[in-house]
Amino acid sequence: MTDVNALSLNVNERLADRIRSSSVAIAELTVDVARDHLLDVCLALRDDALFQFDQLIDVCGVDYLHYGISEWETQSATASGFERGVDQSAMLQAPHKVNRFAAVYHLLSLSHNHRIRLRVFLDETSLEVPSVVSIWPSANWFEREAFDLFGILFLGHPDLRRILTDYGFVGHPFRKDFPLSGHVEARYDAAQQCVLYEPVTVVPRILEPKVIRDDNRYRMGEP
Amino acid sequence: MTLPDIRHYTFNFGPQHPAAHGVLRLILEVDGETIIHADPHVGLLHRATEKLAESKPYNHTIGYMDRLDYVSMMCNEHGYVLAIEKLLGITPPLRAQYIRVMFDEMTRLLNHLLWLGAHGLDIGAMSMFLYCFREREDLLDCYEAVSGSRMHATYYRPGGVYRDLPVNMPQYKPSLWHSKKEVAALNENRQGSLLDFIWDFTERFPERVASYETLLTHNRIWKQRTVNIGVISPERAIAMGFSGPMLRGSGVAWDLRKKQPYEVYDQLDFAIPVGVNGDCYDRYLVRVEEMKQSNHIIRQCVNWLRQNPGPVMIENHKVAPPTRVDMKKKMESLIHHFKLMTEGYALPVGEAYAAIEHPKGEFGVYLISDGANKPYRLKIRAAGFAHLAALNEMVKGHMIADVVAILSSLDIVFGEIDR
Repeated sequence: MTDVNALSLNVNERLADRIRSSSVAIAELTVDVARDHLLDVCLALRDDALFQFDQLIDVCGVDYLHYGISEWETQSATASGFERGVDQSAMLQAPHKVNRFAAVYHLLSLSHNHRIRLRVFLDETSLEVPSVVSIWPSANWFEREAFDLFGILFLGHPDLRRILTDYGFVGHPFRKDFPLSGHVEARYDAAQQCVLYEPVTVVPRILEPKVIRDDNRYRMGEP
Repeated sequence: MTLPDIRHYTFNFGPQHPAAHGVLRLILEVDGETIIHADPHVGLLHRATEKLAESKPYNHTIGYMDRLDYVSMMCNEHGYVLAIEKLLGITPPLRAQYIRVMFDEMTRLLNHLLWLGAHGLDIGAMSMFLYCFREREDLLDCYEAVSGSRMHATYYRPGGVYRDLPVNMPQYKPSLWHSKKEVAALNENRQGSLLDFIWDFTERFPERVASYETLLTHNRIWKQRTVNIGVISPERAIAMGFSGPMLRGSGVAWDLRKKQPYEVYDQLDFAIPVGVNGDCYDRYLVRVEEMKQSNHIIRQCVNWLRQNPGPVMIENHKVAPPTRVDMKKKMESLIHHFKLMTEGYALPVGEAYAAIEHPKGEFGVYLISDGANKPYRLKIRAAGFAHLAALNEMVKGHMIADVVAILSSLDIVFGEIDR
């Protein structure tokens, strides 16, 4: 694999005016792009002889609504009693995120053997991003998936239908405010001889609370 | 005389069709018997694995990975575990890496054998299915010996593997249906360790592959059904996001085991077979050759593992649980065990993408962590998803019967496409 730092330098040099920021972490290059520059940057990454990202590996939607919010406060909870019965109130009162959503693209260059990750942050009020199907045809289904699960609209997509969820499904299930057990459950009604959708009867509960540890206990090399 | 009113006909292929390889609903538009348009409807097996993972500590999701592509179980685990290790910044002991590579390759055999059996069945070679399942049985026994489960192993863990290879290969026991004499014959190659059994398998296997090839490779009917069917050019294969045997069948020598080596692949000797025409027949040849190469890799791993005993799990008890013996003697170990089993471990803030050369192509796991004990977002990049997306392009202009041949040459499994 080619050196990721060299790639990072090249990207910053060639595309400086069109990218927001770039960072290298654990030998992976992540580049933040503004929505308006996405197609531009993608074209350059595909066609520039230095990059030649000829393969789009993946398109992934991300919802940052609950990012960094834990279900169980580690600092104060133990002082007031070891209470595991946590509720989701912290999640429900999640503050509005400016850039709640993101579309993340993973690219691979077969000729140069390097990878890059593009990220476009999107605001909830305008969940639209230009489609890259015209640049990499493989984006077709990946974008349909991100649309289905997160409701991100890919402008210019030739066939933006739901792909993974049921026919007639309502909502975007991978959003963080969509409950894990869903909204409706289906059953076959023998009297009416059809499948009925009814409000879900499963009561959501947390078995293992989400805990964020920032006390460095996972620093490697310590017993 | 006026021509009769001829129009395109649209019909369903699946989801309840034996050649749909699971639950694919394919809406075919045909003109006579020629395909005009194919629209795959997927998602009938969608279980929201990625969303489920967001509600569980990291280690609980390893078992879900087996259920993605349920014919190459351990490879899925491998991708997931690698992503966690990347974020944690840990490297498993060398012996664990060899065990993983060995089981990855055995999984590749499992996958390709099932593919060959099902592909044969779809095209009309009934006996292939029986032969392939005979070989799969031995490999599934290895799975069982090492993890206790024939399919859904949950054997790989961040930091290594669950336990070392067993010293004794489990044996058949006499029953109402099998006399002592029969059982003794069955147990003949199970007298030694698991490694001895695997070695014995690799001794037998090349002969078996040769016999499949005798049945198929120059078989006139086989060639008529696969040569020049579903051709995809290398440029198009790359653009459509193909990977694995689908890409190599079109003549692109791309294999992550060579190009972006993980674990100990860079220390092993093996070759990457490529096709020429990019049709169903070349993809068949590539997969058969891959089985021979996998067999070769397994033998190298067995040799290494025999000579190099050692730990198979890292010693860091913030991530890997302590032994039962330690737990009963040391307070610290007991606490570690309690914290790991109730809360799990937290990953540092960040994101990682780990990809492996899965039997079907590039299997990638994109993990975002916000510092919690659960993944913030887990995205699984399944190779089959990209391959199936290209189905329309590949079947256009072919006959209805060719749809079956092309579909099964994609080697799709709905567990990983629908996730």
